[in-house]
Amino acid sequence: MPLRLLKFGFSKTYPEPRMFRSPDRLKSSYDAVIIGGGGHGLAAAYYLSRDHGMNNIAVLERGYIGSGNTGRNTTIIRSNYLTPEGVKFYDQSVQLWQDLSVDFDLNLFYSTRGHFTLAHTDASVRTMRWRAEVNKHYGIDSELVAPEDVKAACPEMDLNCGGHTPVLGALYHAPGSIARHDAVAWGYGRGADQRGVEIHQQTEVVGIQVEADRVTGVATSRGQIATPRVLCAVAGFTPRLLQMVNLPSPIYVHPLQAMVSEPMKPWLDPIIVSGSLHVYVSQTARGELVMGASLDPYELHASRSTLEFAEGLSAQMLELFPFLSHVKIVRQWAGMADMTPDFAPIMGKTPIAGFYLDAGWGTWGFKATPVCGKTMAYTVANDKNHELIQDFSLDRFKRYELVGEKGAASVGH
Amino acid sequence: MKQMICPINGTRPIVEFTCGGDLQSMPDPHCGDTVWADYIFNRNNAPTIKQEWWCHTPSNTWFIAKRNTLTDEVLCTYLYGQEDV
Repeated sequence: MPLRLLKFGFSKTYPEPRMFRSPDRLKSSYDAVIIGGGGHGLAAAYYLSRDHGMNNIAVLERGYIGSGNTGRNTTIIRSNYLTPEGVKFYDQSVQLWQDLSVDFDLNLFYSTRGHFTLAHTDASVRTMRWRAEVNKHYGIDSELVAPEDVKAACPEMDLNCGGHTPVLGALYHAPGSIARHDAVAWGYGRGADQRGVEIHQQTEVVGIQVEADRVTGVATSRGQIATPRVLCAVAGFTPRLLQMVNLPSPIYVHPLQAMVSEPMKPWLDPIIVSGSLHVYVSQTARGELVMGASLDPYELHASRSTLEFAEGLSAQMLELFPFLSHVKIVRQWAGMADMTPDFAPIMGKTPIAGFYLDAGWGTWGFKATPVCGKTMAYTVANDKNHELIQDFSLDRFKRYELVGEKGAASVGH
Repeated sequence: MKQMICPINGTRPIVEFTCGGDLQSMPDPHCGDTVWADYIFNRNNAPTIKQEWWCHTPSNTWFIAKRNTLTDEVLCTYLYGQEDV
């Protein structure tokens, strides 16, 4: 049997279907080049080719598709943010998510679970109420609930948290969901590829040519490309790319770590988040608990993991779920989060004509993948910022018009 | 656990330290809004060897560390103004 399986595996008659082609060489010019083959870059390529009729596009990826933060996040999707700018933007994204599996003809395992953000202090109860009211004003399903409601949805939780930080209430967001993150990159990649977009993996950008404040080309590890438009969607690599075009920015890079437990029978339906305990956790379809905490406390351009993180997060998890004390951690990893001073992204046009930025997505980028792709595609195609992203432009810092998004995950407020 | 050398207290575990951000010089406060915004927000944050403010939290000792932000190697630490001592 194993031998037959092996023969089948190598047989040319039934080749394994590929999600997208691997073109063997770069063309000398493209209408647009997208740097970064993660969810955001591929989504932009997909919407550019589908909605704006641009298909002479190359997506350049230094590693492989989805190897960056698209494949490293904890897959939570929600829109219960605090600022009106944030709420409107993420709500669009949640709506797009819901149709994405059909759009791609690919199962993303999009699973609506409900999302509890626990409040352990009076101050956080107040903030939750504020967030609930802002959300409701914009028609988003979000409300403040009592500890008993949390207990009803998640009976395994110790609401006393060992006695020191009892749960006083929670912000409940019914549309909160999880999805399989690699499939998102593959789905967008396949959709873009079918419409003529070229995806070049193992292709690193080593320079960007700018003449008279206008982009003219990109130098890569596999040759030179001429192009009038470049979209930079590279998350933690943004400062390195911005250095190539000499643009200053307030982005700083910190690692964000996460880990998963061994698989268990399903017991945790909702997504549980606690800002005070620095924990967010959900259970995947495979039964693993996916857990994250907070940003590493200092700047670092590496995706290394630390034992302090695994120990610290486990201790916090045990405050909430003491019965997990015998469960083992099987993997931990990190991604490079590109943070901004106001916890909001930096998107749209820049002082360099033809150079578009989709960055500053720090710890909150996965949930925004579809709407980023859509708005950035519009921005690149029309050379005009989409109205949903106008508040997120790079020059807001020059004007002191910060967004102040305190609903962001994994950051202390 | 990773360790760092505090110029006063010697080698201590990294969790006892807090990073206070880049060492930079303040422009004249009357420099105008654009220069000021550039000072408070913008950084060249590509990986490099940086001089940063660090604090040993239990003893509240502020000092400067030279650190490679790509490899997380701390090259040296010294009290502010005493680099060559």
